[in-house]
Amino acid sequence: MKVQLTKLAHARSGDKGDTANVGVIALREGFYPLLVREVTEARVKEHFKGIVKGDVERFELPNLGALNFLLHESLDGGGTVSLMTDAQGKTFSTALLRMYIEISDDESSKLGLT
Amino acid sequence: MFGMKQKIRVAAGQGFWGDLPDAPVRQVEGGPIDYLMLDYLAEVTMSIMQKQKTRDRAAGYARDFVPLMKRILPTCVERNIKVTANAGGVNVKACAAAVREVARELGLAGKLKIGIVTGDDILDRIDELISRGIELHNMDTGEPLSTVRDRIQSANAYLGAAPIVEALAQGAQVIITGRVTDTGLTLGPLIHEFGWANDDWDRLAAGTIAGHIIECGAQCSGGNCQYEWQSIPDLANVGFPIAEASADATFVITKHDGTGGRVNVPSVTEQLLYEMGDPHEYITPDCVADFTTIHLGDDGPDRVRVFGIKGRPATDSLKVSISYSAGFKAVGTLVYAWPHAYAKAKMADKILRARLDRLGLRFDQILTEFVGANATHGLLAGAPPPDLAEVQLRVGVRGNDRAAIERFTKEIAPLILTGPPAVTGFAGGRPKVEEIVAYWPALIPKAEIQSLVEIIEV
Repeated sequence: MKVQLTKLAHARSGDKGDTANVGVIALREGFYPLLVREVTEARVKEHFKGIVKGDVERFELPNLGALNFLLHESLDGGGTVSLMTDAQGKTFSTALLRMYIEISDDESSKLGLT
Repeated sequence: MFGMKQKIRVAAGQGFWGDLPDAPVRQVEGGPIDYLMLDYLAEVTMSIMQKQKTRDRAAGYARDFVPLMKRILPTCVERNIKVTANAGGVNVKACAAAVREVARELGLAGKLKIGIVTGDDILDRIDELISRGIELHNMDTGEPLSTVRDRIQSANAYLGAAPIVEALAQGAQVIITGRVTDTGLTLGPLIHEFGWANDDWDRLAAGTIAGHIIECGAQCSGGNCQYEWQSIPDLANVGFPIAEASADATFVITKHDGTGGRVNVPSVTEQLLYEMGDPHEYITPDCVADFTTIHLGDDGPDRVRVFGIKGRPATDSLKVSISYSAGFKAVGTLVYAWPHAYAKAKMADKILRARLDRLGLRFDQILTEFVGANATHGLLAGAPPPDLAEVQLRVGVRGNDRAAIERFTKEIAPLILTGPPAVTGFAGGRPKVEEIVAYWPALIPKAEIQSLVEIIEV
C-alpha cells in the first residue's frame, strides 16, 4: 500500500544560503527505520525534481528519530537575493511530507497503519 | 563550589529583531529567571544597521532594545536578572550609551554595570587582511572576497561565549555585544555560573545546544510547530522558552507557568533540526557540538530534559559574515478572481512578459508564482482545481540595471485595464525597487580576531 509521509512524520525546514534543510521526524519510534529505508537521497531528489537544482544530502539522527536533508541550490540564490515567496525554504518541510512511500500490507499492519 | 547555584534559568526574549515586543517583559515578570537572552542579529541585519550608521553616527544598533531596557531594568536590578543581548549591531558603544542614559533616568546610577563586547567588526580591516593573504573565500562558492571588494557593506566575525564570560566576571549585569553567536549568549552565562573549563567540550556543547534550542524564541515552545498543531493551547499567550541548566550540563527546556504554547519532545526536536547542516558537526567559536548525541526525555508538563550531549574541540577559525550590494529587485502582485482565476493569472503573466520583451528589458532572473495555486510547493502542488476562488499573480525580477527594474514596476498596474478581467489588489501602488544586499560567508583564523570587553558604570 502507499502511505503519505504526513502519516509517518512531522518536519521543520530552514535555510543556509541557497540550501534548504528539511528535518523529518518520525511520529512514532517504530516509523524511523521505515523512513531510513524509504526516504533516501535519491527518492528526495526525484520528489523535488525541477525544484531542487543541486544535490540532496541526507544525515541520520537515530537519537531523535529524525533525518536531516540538505537540498542544495533550491532557493533561487537564497536569503535576500531570492525572488521566491518562500526564500527561506520554510515550507519545504510539508512539501517533502507530500511524498508517498510503498510498504507491504504486512509491515503496515505491524506498524498499525491500516 | 560553595555558593554555586544548582540551577541557572536562561530565558529567551527575542527570536529575531522584530519578534513579539512584550516577550522579554513577560519573561522577566512571569516567573523566576537568572538571565534574559536576546538575539537580534540575523545575517541581513548587520547590513541594515551599517546603512543606518552611515546616515547617522549614533545609529546602527537595535533601537527597540533601549525602550525595552527602560521597561525591564528596574525589575532586572531588583531580582538580579542579568541580560545578554547582541543588540549592539555595528555600533555597540552607542547602544550601551543609550542604555546607560535610560538607566540613569530610572535612578539606577551606581547600581548597575554595563558590559560592552566589541572586536567583531572587521569592515575597516578588509584590505589589510586581503593584502596579508587572508582572502576570505566564500565558503559556498570558493571565490575570493576581492571579486566583490568595492561593494562590501559590512563585515563581522562571529564571536563566541568567551567575552561574555569575561564581562560577567567583571560584574556586568547587562552585556551588549555586536556579532556574538546566538548560542554564545546562552553558553556564556552557563560557563560563568558553573565554571566550566574552556576545553570541557561536552559541557560547552551542551550549553551551545541549549542556546540553539531557545535562540528562535517560541519556535521551540509551540510556535510554528507541526506536531498536533491544532491542539497547541493559547498561542495568543505563547510562553517563550527557558533553559534550566545544571552544572553537570544537563538541562530542561520549559516556559513560565500560566503561559500558552507547548514544550514537548516533538516541539524541541523540530527546533533542534531547524537550519541544521551536518548534525555531527555544529561548529561554533566555542566548540563543535554533535547533534547525534542529544537525548530528549519528558520531564513533566511543558518540560523536556536534554542530556547525553558530546562535543569536540573548537576549530581554529571563526566564521565571518560579510554583506555586499548585489543588484536590485522588485516584486509586483495582482489578484484574479473566480471564475478561471488561475487561467487569468497565467494569461496576465504571458502578457506582462511579452511587454517586457518588447521593451527590450533584460533581467538576471524573472520569476512568476501563483499564490493560492503553487507558490510554496511548486510542481509538487499539482494542477490547481478549476474553481479556485482567487489566485495572486506574483512576478519578481532581479538584475544589476536599476533602470530596467524601475521600468518593470510600471508594467504591473496597467494590466488591470489592459489584461484579463476580474482583477484587483493593487491598493499598495507601484512595487518598490529594492537594493539586494547579499551575504558572503567566510572563515578567518581565530588569531586575527581580538574581542574587547569594556565595563561602564551607570
